[in-house]
Amino acid sequence: MLQISTPVKKTLLILVLTIVATFISLPNKIPLNIKLGKINIKKDIVRPNINFKIGKYEIKKNFDLFLGLDLAGGSHLVFEADISNIKPEDVKNALDSLRDVIERRVNLFGVSEPVVQTSSFGGKNRIIVELPGIKDTKEAVNIIGKTAQLVFAEVPQSTESASFKLTNLTGADLSSARVGFDQQKSGKPVIQLQFSKEGGDKFEKITSENIGKPLAIILDSQVVSAPIVQETISGGQAVISGTFTLDEAKELSLQLNAGALPVSINLVEERTVEAVLGTESVNKSIRAGVVGLLMVLIFMILSYGWLGVIADLGLIIFGIMTLALYKLIPVVLTLPGIAGFLLSVGMAVDSNILIFERYKEEKLKRNTTDALEISFGRAWDSIRDANIASLVTAFILANPFEWSFLHTSGPVRGFAITLALGIGISLFTGIYVSRNLLRVFVKEKKND
Amino acid sequence: MIKWMKYRFVYLGISLFFLFAGLFGVLRWGLKLGVDFTGGAVVEYKFKNSISTEDISKKLSEKGFSVNSIQKAGEDNYLFKFPPIEREEKEKVTLALEEMLGSKVEELRFENVGPSIGPELIKKTFIAMLLSTVVILLWVAFQFKSIKFGTSAILAMIHDSLILIGVFSLLGHFFDAEIDFLFVTALLTTLSFSVHDTIVVYDRIREYQKKEGGDLKNLADKAISETMVRSLNNSFTILFMLIALILLGGSTVKWFAAALLIGTVAGTYSSPFVAVSLLVSLDELGSKLKNGKKLFQFLKSRK
Repeated sequence: MLQISTPVKKTLLILVLTIVATFISLPNKIPLNIKLGKINIKKDIVRPNINFKIGKYEIKKNFDLFLGLDLAGGSHLVFEADISNIKPEDVKNALDSLRDVIERRVNLFGVSEPVVQTSSFGGKNRIIVELPGIKDTKEAVNIIGKTAQLVFAEVPQSTESASFKLTNLTGADLSSARVGFDQQKSGKPVIQLQFSKEGGDKFEKITSENIGKPLAIILDSQVVSAPIVQETISGGQAVISGTFTLDEAKELSLQLNAGALPVSINLVEERTVEAVLGTESVNKSIRAGVVGLLMVLIFMILSYGWLGVIADLGLIIFGIMTLALYKLIPVVLTLPGIAGFLLSVGMAVDSNILIFERYKEEKLKRNTTDALEISFGRAWDSIRDANIASLVTAFILANPFEWSFLHTSGPVRGFAITLALGIGISLFTGIYVSRNLLRVFVKEKKND
Repeated sequence: MIKWMKYRFVYLGISLFFLFAGLFGVLRWGLKLGVDFTGGAVVEYKFKNSISTEDISKKLSEKGFSVNSIQKAGEDNYLFKFPPIEREEKEKVTLALEEMLGSKVEELRFENVGPSIGPELIKKTFIAMLLSTVVILLWVAFQFKSIKFGTSAILAMIHDSLILIGVFSLLGHFFDAEIDFLFVTALLTTLSFSVHDTIVVYDRIREYQKKEGGDLKNLADKAISETMVRSLNNSFTILFMLIALILLGGSTVKWFAAALLIGTVAGTYSSPFVAVSLLVSLDELGSKLKNGKKLFQFLKSRK
């Protein structure tokens, strides 16, 4: 009976893992264009996505690489909240609801996969908003930034000066707002309000008490309009007509739908990248990566001969597996993230170099197989101790627990995550993979 | 075997030279801080240019825009730097540019950082560095059961970061390299790389201490001889990747890769030549003190 030794089994396992990883890391579509004499193949190879059902569970995975704002294009906005009018114990609540309102606004604005998070440090309270693939940042900033505090106010007739008496009917009583057009007169854009049940009752009461008098509609401390109440209005509907342009009316209805901001905010930081620049960066990075990788591969073979070939094989498996993991986790890839990945490619062969240098010494004392085993064993201590220090730094940079006293910046986090993953995977490929490949290789060599 | 440690004062001298060069740069020219720290705006435009950047800058100033600098960043790409500006202001600049050049101007990137961001960044960077340093010190001290090992590893690490900062002050003065958020990241990575390399040498010393024992200086010589090739080769592979990134990668990561490169070179140098040199010196100092004490007690008992 054929006895399959464990290194062979493990090598098969590595092979299977590599094939799976290759499948995942391949781009979705590979254009193929081969010309061989008369044969002319022009075709796109499309990688099938996983999409099936097991019982109740639907498994769907499309293995796309997630690109960050600097690569895919988009806006990174940081707002500072003005909490000077808020009691200290209410700040946290105010910020949470601020975040929720902004999130609603951004979602209504139609941005896919936005990120909205709060960040407080040193008495400053910030809201970070990331909008991938957005073109018109100006509009986005307007929509997010306006407080949109709506309130209805009575206008006492007795005094000449416009002192308002605020009612308890506010934007919070709305169930929805939408853009309409003034049917009777101008045809101008108006905002149609639908109050909640409770809001409708309030509105009915207010209008019944103010027949013949104006009722001011105040938005962010400015009177938008003050129509004269003709009759009691029940049913909870109202119309704000002003001098809106269509865009303004749309923005306003969106803000009203999402709710008013509990505190006012202003923009303190903005970073917008056009998708064109992102694509350029990706292409440049890929070119740099390929050139760098080739140099490393050649260097390893020149320095270590056939051992170098094995290390190169391990390095290629490293690259494929890392890419596959980026897609599986998924890791949002940024430009510094790519730099982190490339750096980890350079560092990935470190464990191999350590082992091979050790092997050179041990070979003088023992036969090849024993020398290899001992080198792997002895080098492991150094590799482990050394990499823990790197992981500590990567951990602090990545700040996975969102500690407010550390950075929470996307690009830096991207770098730290790819670096940490790179270190982790390189331990696997540099030791497990190349060790087993070597065991198989060395055995066959002995059999010859 | 090469007696590496015999020349340890030479290595420390070389280090001191670079440290002072850096210190000179920092004192003389300071650090060129980017918008991440100072606040301000950066706009990357793409246009076919027929006028020199100096002229553009002059003409924009005449129109009442304050421009800090204009740099070429790639073929038709230009980086414009302003004090913090509003969006509307930037759009006016774009219009003025189009008028000046008589052609369409593409806006590829806009960054505007308020003045309140910088101080926070500095504080957080400081905390991050402190935290990394302390954790790594504890880890090394725990691993090698010795404060001597820990202290000299940390000193070597500080040496590397100071060199990186110093070199960047020179690069900032001569080549407009800026200290930005990515530089901070490179600085922290340098910390970890430095210790990574140091631990590999220390590990070898520890192995010999257990197996053979004896004079630390001899053990250090042996350990350095045996790890030298590994250390160099490992740095080469990292340098290959970084050089490719500096030459071929985009303008955004160029200086980041350069900072990592300087950190790598410093880290490779400092592990055998600074960390181990300091370790041996500390060890000798320790035994001298001990001998001194013994001598003192001996003299005392004679009285």
